[in-house]
Amino acid sequence: MSAASIIERLAAHLGLEEGAFESDAEAKDPWVRVPGDKLLAAAEFLKTDPELDFDTLHCVSGVDWPGDDPPAIEVVYHLTSLSRKHWIVLKTRVDREGASLPTLETVWKAANWHERETYDLFGVRFEGHSDLRRILLPSDWPGHPLLRDWEWPETWHKIPVKAGRQMTERAEGGQMTGVGPFD
Amino acid sequence: MAEHRSPVDGAPLVTLYDEDLPPDNSYAFSPEDLEEDEMILNMGPQHPSTHGVLRVELKTDGEIVKDARPHIGYLHRNFEKHAENIDYQGVIPFTDRMDYVGSMGNSLAYALTVEKLLGIGVGERVAGIRVITAELQRIASHLLAMGTYGMDIGAFTPFLLCFQQRERILDLFEWLCGARLLYNYNWVGGVSHDLPEGWTDKCRRFLDEFVPVLDEVDKLLSHNKIFIRRTADIGIITPEMAKDYALSGPNLRGSGIDWDLRRDDPYLGYENYDFNIVVATSPHGPVGSCWDRYFVRVREMYESVKIVRQALDRLPAEGDVHENVPRFVRPLAGEAYCRSEAPRGELAFYIVAENKKPIPYRVKGRSPCFVAMGLFHEITRGEMIADIIAIIGSLDIVLGEIDR
Repeated sequence: MSAASIIERLAAHLGLEEGAFESDAEAKDPWVRVPGDKLLAAAEFLKTDPELDFDTLHCVSGVDWPGDDPPAIEVVYHLTSLSRKHWIVLKTRVDREGASLPTLETVWKAANWHERETYDLFGVRFEGHSDLRRILLPSDWPGHPLLRDWEWPETWHKIPVKAGRQMTERAEGGQMTGVGPFD
Repeated sequence: MAEHRSPVDGAPLVTLYDEDLPPDNSYAFSPEDLEEDEMILNMGPQHPSTHGVLRVELKTDGEIVKDARPHIGYLHRNFEKHAENIDYQGVIPFTDRMDYVGSMGNSLAYALTVEKLLGIGVGERVAGIRVITAELQRIASHLLAMGTYGMDIGAFTPFLLCFQQRERILDLFEWLCGARLLYNYNWVGGVSHDLPEGWTDKCRRFLDEFVPVLDEVDKLLSHNKIFIRRTADIGIITPEMAKDYALSGPNLRGSGIDWDLRRDDPYLGYENYDFNIVVATSPHGPVGSCWDRYFVRVREMYESVKIVRQALDRLPAEGDVHENVPRFVRPLAGEAYCRSEAPRGELAFYIVAENKKPIPYRVKGRSPCFVAMGLFHEITRGEMIADIIAIIGSLDIVLGEIDR
């Protein structure tokens, strides 16, 4: 099924009027953005509708947009249908303050670890998650490092952890970082 | 969540030892909830058969595992945060270090994603070289999986035979780009070095000599009675479970699902090669067992040999491998998600770009091992402790990729 008809079908089911939601069926990876309160309904429909049949949740990623109005964290779900061989990207935006979304663990079990990772690195809480603990970082790590305004601690339990800035400065100055044929 | 202290927090002989470490609350099970005869047992992080630095927390009743929780993150360095500060090409060495026994596949997946973002393609010669290196890497990676899996179960000889052959692939790679493990070989728009003179002949000779050895190892291990008894009816992943947990690669095909990106969403011209998708047939037990996953890898090596032979035959003699390498990588605002069939499953990168910036805004790596580890607790429930080792080995995980 083409991306445009997937988006159309989903919007019709959720009762979203044209223009009330954002989507792009022509993008490199066609995507549709639904409001946070419709996320669970959208996911359930995408999985259970026999025409769509998105049987696997491929990946969950967070993207922090502190400069946007309002500042938001975008959570991006990449879905695949093994039976129908089509793909769609489901996106939703949450406020940066007290970010919270319903868990999709009840729809695809793969969401469990992906959501733990997103919680760990972005601080997005997934309501109803069965085991929302940090997964990659130690349980007393300060903050959520993939937030753009997260500040590196100098040390963690006396272990120096701060990374240098040289690479950034070189890259911003237009220099190459030693990879590629021109350095 | 348990708030009890482990006997020793930290390492007291390290000069940085901090007496004020908080109680270790990284336990999923609590001693208060245990029933009679149950105990909590930590397997790892330094355990030779956890294939890296993995800690598995087991709730056991004698030899029976009541429940298991893997704890990961010991190798976590957050390359995604580092990628916020490095230009597009500079991320490639970080991706090499994800799955450090399958580096060619990682940098390939990343390069494909950036190329998708830029909307550029590669020439036929580069595509051919990429297919050859990716498939050789798949063979090397599967050889490692096969050899160490045998050793986990107690068969030592296959390990030596596998590593001899893997060594020859590493030699080929060393000749090609100077590195044996972390290649930095796939660049955005090309590869770092063209094939040296005589390389293709040596590669062909390797393939010719490799197949009989693989036959021998296959006979030694795959159909060995003890090996089958140890692996053929444990760690069952049903097809429904495999889909629900989004497994990929040999783990998915080991559950009897016929899906391979090289055929179903082809890249690099894989649609032009003649090869079979290996799907488990389960002659020795229920579908989705450890043996099935193991055997899919063995059969896949034969298919990879087929692909490499074809790629060598049709490789264009002329072509500049740096032809399409962009001087500056500055994509327009946008995003790209590109998946590829790495040795361990579907490795994908998600990159968000700001308009004409040299540095990616967000890079996310979707690791097949991370996903496979997510269902670990489901397939270990009720198994014996010794079988946990067999199950970990059959998932073929690399902790560098899980922790990133």
